Amino acid sequence: MATITPFLAGLVFGIGLIVSRMADPAKVQGFLDLAGAWDPSLAFVMAGALVVAAPAFAIARRRRVSIMRMPIALPASRDVDRRLVAGSTLFGIGWGLAGFCPAPALVVLGMGNPKAVAFVAAMLAGMAVFEWREQRRAIVGAVAD
Amino acid sequence: MTIDWNAFTPWSALGGGLLIGIGVAMLLLVDGRIAGISGVVGGLLRPRAGDVGWRIAFVAGLVVAPLVAALAGQSMVPNIDASFVIVALAGVAVGIGTRYGAGCTSGHGICGVARLSPRSLVATATFMAAGFATVFIVRHVLGA
Repeated sequence: MATITPFLAGLVFGIGLIVSRMADPAKVQGFLDLAGAWDPSLAFVMAGALVVAAPAFAIARRRRVSIMRMPIALPASRDVDRRLVAGSTLFGIGWGLAGFCPAPALVVLGMGNPKAVAFVAAMLAGMAVFEWREQRRAIVGAVAD
Repeated sequence: MTIDWNAFTPWSALGGGLLIGIGVAMLLLVDGRIAGISGVVGGLLRPRAGDVGWRIAFVAGLVVAPLVAALAGQSMVPNIDASFVIVALAGVAVGIGTRYGAGCTSGHGICGVARLSPRSLVATATFMAAGFATVFIVRHVLGA
């Protein structure tokens, strides 16, 4: 499949993180610090993104294939389970500790920042732990069947 | 609660947010994919034929964004208060947490909320609450 369009999408997304300054962990933590001098900017970033994303998803819901004739696969899962809540809690703790979530960390990695390199390496290690445990779970499950 | 009016940047936040939304809409409507960054990256650790190129291309777009933004006169300096050790611990937590939670700020917070997915609304409320609590403990209880 063509890779130029996903590249451009990532580029526009990344420039958005720079323009909004969400690639600055101190600014993100300024939003998360409700008890200190609070910076509400992150809420405005989400509002701006939702203004465009909501109609895009409304269009996507009525289509089976994309402009590039790729299948549009919207997540089907609807269960609110323990994995979702526990995982999101752990993510929020990490987000608060460093002020980084995945996309801004990759943008700051592109600035050659050593702490962003450390964060992304650690994040990949964490994701690898998940994959390893999931594969083991699948094997154990297959044996049990 | 006191608002830090000097730090608050509503217009650039809205403008940058619109760009993020456009990136999400492009990937969705042109390529049929969800711009959930943890999922895009995580999928690279479980590579499947025909499902790798777009992921690498999207991530490459994010990584070169500072260069292109600088050429367009948009630059910013990241301020990272946390030490290397804390940054690494946070990275592991974000890696494990986003994969078990099936999404991050982009996948749940923007894409999921945009389509009013119940899972994403719960996930977003959860990681926001955990983020608020973590910064409160670090700054106002431990006093770091």
